[in-house]
Amino acid sequence: MAQIFVLAEHRQGAVRDITYEMLTKARELAGKTNSEVTALFLGKDVREHGKTLTEYAKNVLLIQDPKLENFNSEAYKKVLTKLVAEHKPLLVMIGHTSYGVDLAPRLATALGLPLATDCIDLEFENEILTVTRQMFGGKVNVKAATRKAETYLATVRQATFAIQKPSPPATGQITEIPSLLTEEITETRFLQYVTPPPGGVDITAAEKLVGVGRGIKDVANMPIVEELAKALGGVLACSRPIVDKGWLPTDRQVGTSGKTVKPKFYLAVGISGAFQHVLGMKSADLIIAINKDPKAPIFSFADYGVVEDLFKIVPTLKNKIYEVQTKKTCP
Amino acid sequence: MNIIVCVKHVPETAEAELKIDATGKAIQKTGLVYDINEWDDYALEEAVRIKEKQSGTVTAITIGEEDSDRTLRKCLARGADKAIRLTDLKFEGSDGYAIAKILHSVIKTLPFDIILTGMQAGDDGNAMVGPILAEMLNIPHATMIKKMEMGTGTAKVNRELEGGLEEQVEVKLPALFSIQTGINEPRYVSIMGIRKAMQKEIKVMTLPDTGLTENDVGTAGSWARIEKMYVPPVEKQAEFLKGGPEEVATKIAEILKSKGLI
Repeated sequence: MAQIFVLAEHRQGAVRDITYEMLTKARELAGKTNSEVTALFLGKDVREHGKTLTEYAKNVLLIQDPKLENFNSEAYKKVLTKLVAEHKPLLVMIGHTSYGVDLAPRLATALGLPLATDCIDLEFENEILTVTRQMFGGKVNVKAATRKAETYLATVRQATFAIQKPSPPATGQITEIPSLLTEEITETRFLQYVTPPPGGVDITAAEKLVGVGRGIKDVANMPIVEELAKALGGVLACSRPIVDKGWLPTDRQVGTSGKTVKPKFYLAVGISGAFQHVLGMKSADLIIAINKDPKAPIFSFADYGVVEDLFKIVPTLKNKIYEVQTKKTCP
Repeated sequence: MNIIVCVKHVPETAEAELKIDATGKAIQKTGLVYDINEWDDYALEEAVRIKEKQSGTVTAITIGEEDSDRTLRKCLARGADKAIRLTDLKFEGSDGYAIAKILHSVIKTLPFDIILTGMQAGDDGNAMVGPILAEMLNIPHATMIKKMEMGTGTAKVNRELEGGLEEQVEVKLPALFSIQTGINEPRYVSIMGIRKAMQKEIKVMTLPDTGLTENDVGTAGSWARIEKMYVPPVEKQAEFLKGGPEEVATKIAEILKSKGLI
């Protein structure tokens, strides 16, 4: 029977959610293509994790080796090249994560197989892998067809497919494969994890956040959003470009590569709403967004939207908030 | 140290309203401002910084039509020594895989110690060209680089992981690194630099110069082709607050007050 491979992703002893998200989607695809789901787990002493995966997948292939303790795309490529060549699965699913981005394009090239990256949907049309993905920072979607092949590779966007455990749980079989790493890993060597030093402000603890994005245009304009955050009694946070430019420290960044926040109120100012940012703030109780592009993706996540130049709204809003508060305290 | 930087000339779309063109497979390009891809901007800056510390040359390479020269001129003005533009009508429709083949055809003939690319391009967001190119050149690679320390025969780099974590990896040289935004602070170009850059030569190469065939490039040489482009369906839409700034600010303040937030 044809197989759909899902590469399990783990770090510092924990299986990452993307693994279960892909297993959920893989199960749906397997049903439509008369295939079975096979989870691949590469690691060191990971038998317990393998057992958990048997609740989601028909087969679990465990490849254990001290050299696989931490992710290493050189080692992963060597192991997966052999596994894919031997099993010829219909599809290999890999997370579009820091690990997957490092591994998948190189693996596909080595195997001579087509790859589609950062997929938000996958289907087979006439036995050809057809994917949905986004371009221009999520402003447009495209449907793309891969060239016909025996095996397809795809990287899957995080937090796109809601995790569903099969009911009743799958009763998968664990197969332990002796390490396929016959050669030494010589070119890239994992040294250590690096945690950025904690900063002075914990945005995850704030009840009210003003998130500022690229729309602020210049560091000289930052005081207007700082003042708005102050008026609200909230804290200033931001999307990635603001940290990249050095206008705010890393600990203020909301999103996949920063913090996940869940405040009572999130005001998105000049943020277009690329998924990397949205994943970090969409669970806020109340979201209001100010952006001059009416089609900005942020408006699909906000409760209220304002299509306007932020420089016109922000100072007025600050004054209005002070006005309301003064009235409240002096009735 | 000889450094090659791969760059792309892309439209700035973060704040633009995009429309689909008549083919249904691309966006309307009129009215969009083009510039160097943001990730490549950081890659170029990193290349120039390494050159300034260790001496050597920086060569910027792009694939694109004549307007891409603006991005190459920017690279030259910022400190690149040479620039190459690959162009051919047959390149139209190339995905990351075909692009990597085209780049490979030239880079394999050049001396280099490191190759830097942006981690992805802001237009197609494939994030694939770097590692494919490294595999074709049979050199090691590392992606999403937030910090580089060049050693002798190796480089220590920090890769960005999720949730603010990084991993430090040691990579043997020659190698390819794909750069994440925020690794450095790209410098502004001086007027002097721009003037000097205008006089530098941009080497232009076409399909026959690459040794590739028509089937290697464009849609025929790609892993995937776009069948349809569309504005994502809106599942949930914000309730838009309308009116002038004063009116809108009042409405927001009322919402916040009603929820006890102010």
